[in-house]
Amino acid sequence: MTMQGLEIADLDLSVGGRTLLRDFHLIVAPGEVTTVMGPSGCGKSSLLSYLCGTLEPAFQASGRVRLNGVAIDALPPERRRIGILFQDDLLFPHLSVGENLAFALPPAVRGRRERWARVEAALREADLAGFAGRDPDTLSGGQRARVALMRTLLAEPRALLLDEPFGKLDRHLRERVRRFVFDHARQADLPTLLVTHDPADAETAGGAVVGFPESLPAAGANLLHFGNIGRQQA
Amino acid sequence: MLRYLPALTLLVFLGPVVAGLAGTLLPAFGYLPALGGEEVSLAPWRRLAAAPGIGTAVRLTLTSGVLSTLLALALTIFVFAAGHGTRALTRVKRAMTPLLAVPHLATAVGLAFLIAPSGWLVRLIAPWPSGWQTPPDVALVQDHLGLALTLGLVLKETPFLVLMTFGALGQVRADDQLRMARSLGYGPVQAWLKVVLPLVYPQIRLPVYAVLAYSLSVVDMAIVLGPTTPPTLAPLVLRWFNDPDLAMRFQAAAGACLQFGLVALAIGVWRSAEAALGCLARPWLIGGARGGAGTAARAAAWAGLALLFGLSSGSLLSLALWSVAGRWRFPDAWPEQLSLERWADQAAALTGPAWTTLVVGVAAAVIALVLVAGCLENESRRQRRAGPGALTLIYLPLLVPQIGFLFGVQVLLVWAELDGRWLALIWTHLLFVLPYVFLALADPYRSLDPRYARSALALGRPPWVVWTRIKLVMLLRPILIALAVGFAVSVAQYVPTLFAGGGRFSTLTTEALSLSAGGNRRVVGLFALTLAVLPLLGFGLALALPAWRFRHRRAMRVGA
Repeated sequence: MTMQGLEIADLDLSVGGRTLLRDFHLIVAPGEVTTVMGPSGCGKSSLLSYLCGTLEPAFQASGRVRLNGVAIDALPPERRRIGILFQDDLLFPHLSVGENLAFALPPAVRGRRERWARVEAALREADLAGFAGRDPDTLSGGQRARVALMRTLLAEPRALLLDEPFGKLDRHLRERVRRFVFDHARQADLPTLLVTHDPADAETAGGAVVGFPESLPAAGANLLHFGNIGRQQA
Repeated sequence: MLRYLPALTLLVFLGPVVAGLAGTLLPAFGYLPALGGEEVSLAPWRRLAAAPGIGTAVRLTLTSGVLSTLLALALTIFVFAAGHGTRALTRVKRAMTPLLAVPHLATAVGLAFLIAPSGWLVRLIAPWPSGWQTPPDVALVQDHLGLALTLGLVLKETPFLVLMTFGALGQVRADDQLRMARSLGYGPVQAWLKVVLPLVYPQIRLPVYAVLAYSLSVVDMAIVLGPTTPPTLAPLVLRWFNDPDLAMRFQAAAGACLQFGLVALAIGVWRSAEAALGCLARPWLIGGARGGAGTAARAAAWAGLALLFGLSSGSLLSLALWSVAGRWRFPDAWPEQLSLERWADQAAALTGPAWTTLVVGVAAAVIALVLVAGCLENESRRQRRAGPGALTLIYLPLLVPQIGFLFGVQVLLVWAELDGRWLALIWTHLLFVLPYVFLALADPYRSLDPRYARSALALGRPPWVVWTRIKLVMLLRPILIALAVGFAVSVAQYVPTLFAGGGRFSTLTTEALSLSAGGNRRVVGLFALTLAVLPLLGFGLALALPAWRFRHRRAMRVGA
C-alpha cells in the first residue's frame, strides 16, 4: 500500500551558501495539520516555495517530495496539486467573488449552471451566501480569508500549505478564521503544513510542531525535534 | 516658484497642441487670410474627397496602422505569457533598450536595404539556391499592401510595448498572482493570460493607444517602406503641404483633420473592442480550462522574438555594410572591397546636420528634464501625486497625429515671426520629448525613499541643497537615462523639424530621408547609420557615467 499524505525526505535547502535546512524529513498524514515554527528569515517560507515548485533560482534545494506516494519534485507547480494560502489572500481583483471561485473549479465540472451551483454551495459553506457578485475589494478581512480558502479547496488539491495566513487579520477574527481553515482542511482529509511564528496558530492547529533552531513552540504543544519528526511518525 | 511649474509645463507643451489643432481646423474650412482664404467653406473637403487615390490612402493607413499595432501587442503579450519570470526575459529587456533608441527612419532604411529585391537577404540566397542572377521583379519594399511598412512598424513598436509592460508589471503584484494561479493548477501561459493580462492591460492602455496613433500617422517610415501611388494618408497630406501651389494648403489642412479623425476613430473603436473582448472572454476566463506547459506558445514567442532581433540587427548591419561597401554587384553576398572612402567624401556634408541634430536634441532633452524634475519635486514636496487625468494630458502629444496639428503650429510661428528659428525648432521638439522624459523619470523619482531627503533636512540643510546634493545625485542614473531617451526622441523627429524649421534646418533625419529618394545606398547608409549611432551613444553615456561616478559605492550599483 502506498503511503498517503505529504512526505518530505533528505531535504537540503540553502541560499547563497547559507544552509537553511539539512537532511530534513517530514511526514504529514491526511487530515493532519503540522506546524513549522521559526522566526522570520529562517527559511520556512522557502520550504513552502520548494514544495510548490516556485523556489527562486537563488536557492539550492535537493531532496524528495512525495504526495500520496507519487514523486512530485520534477513536476511544474500547476501539476503538483498543492494548494497554498498566503498572508495576503491574493483574490484576483479583476474578478468578482463568485468568479474567483469559478476560476478555481476544475474544467471537469461542466456547464455554466453546474459550475455556478458549486460556487454558490462553496459560498454558503463559508457563510457568504449571496456574495457571488461582489467585488472582492469590498469584503472584510475575515470574509476575504474565507473566500481565499474556498477558492483553494475548489481546485481539489491533495495537500494544503499555509504561509502565515492569519498574520494580517485582526486579533478577534484570527481565532475564528483559524478554526474555519483547520476544520475544512481536516474535513477534506488534506495533509496540511502550516508555517507561522505565532504560537497560538500552532496551538489551535493541534498537530505536530516542528521548530526551526532558534524558536521554541508554545508550552503544551507537541514538541518534536527538527530532523527527527519524519522517522518518528513513520 | 516651484509650485507654478506644473501649470507652466502644461502650458508650454499643451498650448501649442491646442493652438495647432485650431490652426489646422480653420484652414480646413477655407479660413486662412494669409493665403487669401477669407470665407468659411467646405471647398477644401470637397477637393480632399476628389483627390486621386484618397480612398486607397485611407484604407492603407488603417490596415498598416491597425495591423502593426495588433501584431506588436500580440508579440508583447506572447513574450510575457511564455517567458514571465525567466532569466531569458531579463536578457530580452536589456536587448530591447538599444532597439528602442534607434530612430524609426534608421530602422526603416536598414530594413529596406535588407529586404529589397536587390537587398542583402535576397543576395544571401542568390544565385544559389534561388537561381536568381538579377534581382527578382517583385515589390518587397513599398508593396501596394503596405506589408513592408507594417513589418517596419512592428520592429519599432514592439520594444516600446515590451519595455512599458515591464514597468507596469511591478504595479500589479504579477509574481504573486501568477504563483497563486499556478497553485490552482493553471499552466504558465494560461495563468498569465487569465490573471496578469487583465490587470496589466489597463496600465499599458495609453502606450498602446500611442502606438496605434503613431502607426496610423507615421511619415518617415511610410515614405521609405510604404506604398507610393498612393501612399498612406500622412505622407500624402505632407506632399500637399509641400506643394508649390499654395492653394493646396487648404486641401492639406482638411487631410490633416481627416488624419486626426482617423486616429480618434481608431482609438475609439479599439476601446470598444477592448470592452467587448472583456465581456466575451469572461466565460473563457472562469471556465476552468487550465492549459498545458505552454511549450508551443513558448516556441512561437521565441521564434517571433528571434525574427524581431534578427531583422532589427540585420537592418543596422546592412546600413553599416553599405556605408563602407566598394563595388558590390548583384548576386554577391558581400561587397568586393570595403573602404572608408565614402565617409571621407561625406564628412563635410555630414557635419552640419549632425551638429544641428546634436544641439536641438541636447537642448530639448535638458529643458524637458528641468521641467519634469521640477514637477516631480513639487509633487513630492506637496505630497500630492498627479492623477490619471494628468497622465492622459502628458500623453496628448503622442496621441494626436503630428501632421494633424503641426501645420497649425507653423501658421502660428509664421504669425509670431518665429518660424525657422532655433527657439521654434527646439520648442516643437520639446512637445514630443517631454512626455517620454516624464515616462522615463516618473517611476524612479517617485519610488526614491523619501526618508533620505527628510533626514538630510533634519540635519539642517536647506531644501534646495537637499534636492541638488542628495536626491538628484542619488537619481543620477535614471536622470541620465531620461536625458538619453529625450535625446533619442528628438533625433528621430522628422515632421516637427520640417514644419518648425521653415526649411532652414537640416538634421540627420531630414537629410537621410531626402537622400533615400535618390537611391545612392552608400550615402544613405552612411547618414542613416550616423542617425542610429547618435542615440545609442547617448544611452551608452547614460549607463557609463553613473557606473564610473559610483564605482566605489556598492549600493548604487544596478542589476547586480
